[in-house]
Amino acid sequence: MFDHAATAVEAALEAGAVYADARYLEARSETIEVFNGSVRQLDRIESAGVGVRALLGSSWGFFGTHDLSSRGLRAAGHRAAEIAEASAAVPGDPFQLADVSVVEAEYETPHEESLFEVPLSEKVDLLIAVTSALQEVDEISLARASLGGWDTHKWFVSSQGHRIHQHLVETGGGFDATVVGDDETQVRSYPQSFGQYETGGFEVVRRWDFLANASRIADEAAALKSAPQCPQGEMTLILESSQLALQIHESVGHAIELDRILGWEAAFAGTSHLQLERLGEHRYGSDLMNITADATLPGALGTFGFDDEGTPAQRVPIVDQGIWVGVLSGRDSAALAGIPPGGMVRADGYARLPMVRMTNVGLSPGDSSLEEMIAETQRGVLMSTNRSWSIDDRRLNFQFGCQIGWEIENGVLGRMVKNPTYTGITPNFWAQLDMLAAEPEWVHWGTPNCGKGQPMQVAHTGHSASPGRFAEVRVGVKG
Amino acid sequence: MNPATNAAERVIELVGDRAEAEAFVQIGRTELTRFANSFIHQNVGEDYVNVRVRVASEARVAAVTGNHADDEALAALVDDALTVAATQPVDPDWPGVAPAMDLAPTDFAAPSTVEATPGQRAEVVSDFVEAGSGYLAAGYCDTDWFDSGFANSAGHVASSRGSRATIDGIHQTGESAGSGHQTSTAMESLDGVATGSLAGDRARRGLNAFDLTPDEYEVVLGPEAVATIAIFLGFYGFNGKAHNEAQSFAELGAVQFDERITLVDDPLGEAALASPFDVEGTPKLHHVLVDGGVTEMLVHDRRSAKKAGVETTGHGWSGSASHGPMATHLVVNPGSDSIDEMIAAVDRGVYVAAFNYCRILDPKTQVVTGLTRNGTFMIENGAITGAVTNLRFTQSFLNAWGPGNVLAVGDDLRYADCDFGAGLVRAPSMRLTSWNFTGGAGG
Repeated sequence: MFDHAATAVEAALEAGAVYADARYLEARSETIEVFNGSVRQLDRIESAGVGVRALLGSSWGFFGTHDLSSRGLRAAGHRAAEIAEASAAVPGDPFQLADVSVVEAEYETPHEESLFEVPLSEKVDLLIAVTSALQEVDEISLARASLGGWDTHKWFVSSQGHRIHQHLVETGGGFDATVVGDDETQVRSYPQSFGQYETGGFEVVRRWDFLANASRIADEAAALKSAPQCPQGEMTLILESSQLALQIHESVGHAIELDRILGWEAAFAGTSHLQLERLGEHRYGSDLMNITADATLPGALGTFGFDDEGTPAQRVPIVDQGIWVGVLSGRDSAALAGIPPGGMVRADGYARLPMVRMTNVGLSPGDSSLEEMIAETQRGVLMSTNRSWSIDDRRLNFQFGCQIGWEIENGVLGRMVKNPTYTGITPNFWAQLDMLAAEPEWVHWGTPNCGKGQPMQVAHTGHSASPGRFAEVRVGVKG
Repeated sequence: MNPATNAAERVIELVGDRAEAEAFVQIGRTELTRFANSFIHQNVGEDYVNVRVRVASEARVAAVTGNHADDEALAALVDDALTVAATQPVDPDWPGVAPAMDLAPTDFAAPSTVEATPGQRAEVVSDFVEAGSGYLAAGYCDTDWFDSGFANSAGHVASSRGSRATIDGIHQTGESAGSGHQTSTAMESLDGVATGSLAGDRARRGLNAFDLTPDEYEVVLGPEAVATIAIFLGFYGFNGKAHNEAQSFAELGAVQFDERITLVDDPLGEAALASPFDVEGTPKLHHVLVDGGVTEMLVHDRRSAKKAGVETTGHGWSGSASHGPMATHLVVNPGSDSIDEMIAAVDRGVYVAAFNYCRILDPKTQVVTGLTRNGTFMIENGAITGAVTNLRFTQSFLNAWGPGNVLAVGDDLRYADCDFGAGLVRAPSMRLTSWNFTGGAGG
């Protein structure tokens, strides 16, 4: 299988590339969705192809092809170099690539039970049972359950001599219950919005035990319809761990992407409020804030053996006791910044150019607990499970909506509230982190839908978090 | 017939009488030249094949997608689809495949897009960059052409060719940014100088921006901002599945919008990025969704139409079973006011070039939060008097276009980038009575 990639690399070099690499992918995915007891979607996608990347001067040229004939692969390599060469009409400074060890290696995601080997009937029956359980609560008008996964083989070859084969296995799912009122809809999801996905097999789905949680989620959705609105004002905010994971993703993970910091994503995804010259001294948050990008975490969605440049997965400190100390980088961006490459460059399938993506960007656990945070809060709101998310192009001004909240008064969890929202400015918000739950409440949440790049690419990233408390946050923003 | 249609027909042959079946195939090439810091840094392309096969064996339904169109690959795809379908429970909402009908092959592709070279895209980028007078430029120029083919077991066959080309980018001064955008079927019509000049002008005028106190302000919205409103209303509101599930605001025959609002879905008009049929083979037609403020119709695929007891409108797509049918050729009908006239009529308000990162808080009320980007300006006494730093809003899009709330619609209709992407909406500028800004750059 390495031959497909090698043929494309050789052709790119013949056409003038100073460096080339290629990935041959065989990928398959499966998605099953059940709505109100009926299978609404059962899709399988299979693909095989080669993406070849050629470096000339200041630009990458890239071409993806499904044509696996020798002629097709050679044409793709030539086209990648031709495309790169055309970039010279609007040139920049020539790229350098940071050095990495040239390796021949194998990696496979540890997994017990392939999604594709579990009988379809078993998977469908599970989802139907979940939606039936949700619909036992009268107010639930829409019960949706889904599961799915990706099974990907990658063969990577570079002109420097890399030969790496990886077999990546990712699986997950979830469900939600929706209540529709005259002028509103309310939804509750489990394990989180968009489901929970991890590296691993069908054991991930079994471990999250959808059925055992269905009635609680349905009851909560129904109760939201008559719940009071979230209070407005500045007060203490406690985020459960999946919402804090998304907060990390949006206000830390994207901001520390070196390609954004360097301006490469300015027109679309945006830039960053971080300035590279302040690496090592900029205060990102309170002393409780310790962030790492760890592509080696067992089971987390952003875990792999090697990135799509052949750099080994690694654990990189990002924020140390509130001080910004690290970035997400690849071989080109790291060379520009004068730092070691972080092994964080990945592509969405064979036909996309690899780019800087989050791995598992997580917040290390503290020493408190959710129970203790509530007990020590005079007035505040506990919010759970994301419903909406929006942040500006420098990753500073954010506003999140959650599915459900609870008032806290004098250390006691009170009424359920609906439409909870909060807003803030990234460094101010993180500076207000004053309590963080310990490891027993620490979860490796997965985000399977991270969009970035042009053409658009979707990445699978991980974000470990435990519940956290933030002081003096503006909540209850209304339209 | 094009190669995509040949592959679709071959799929139906391979299924034979074993099941109802439909195949939608696209074969094409997309290439994108991306620039940042005023140079081309990522330059990419792809030859693609996408074969989607959906089978229904006694209403047991499965869909399988592959990326090869050779006989062996198609046979494997068909076998997989049939195997999976056989394990499924009966789908009580299966609408069946589209009936056979006459639908002549069409070719809407522009030769200049089909034949576009990396060098030609680089020329457009160069024009855009140089038009910015030394500002830092970032954006992309891309070309996409594709053959589409459809066939089903009822004997319906459809075939078309289409294309799209876009130049989209910003100029940055270091403290401000301005955007420019142009989309067309034809690469030869892209004007890097004009789009780059607009972006550069907006960036220059954005210098020395101040923090405006968040509040409700009268606004003049540029085409990009208007396009985002249209696509949100379309996706969450005029979506037949959402309406079936009571999650849509739409009430047929009701006055839900200002009389100045007419919203159509126009897949075949002169300037449209033509798409004559959907993934179910249903012909796409000119549809009026809102006529002078009155909600007139919803869009449907075969499944949502069956549920609603109406005919499909040809708005199926690969994800419509889950997310519902979607109008992707929206046009906000233009008015007669120039952008200068609209600004001249504002005593105190805000001009917004584009929105960014919009997310819906509730689909029924259409309350959306997002930010302004690439050009936000203060309007005082009928003139732009200065730049404003980006603002966050939390605003019902439905109310924004509600009766009495649209003061003027511009005459500057064009393809506008929106929060869902390029090539989906043509929109003009628009003047609205009020917009609820809920936060500034400072929080």
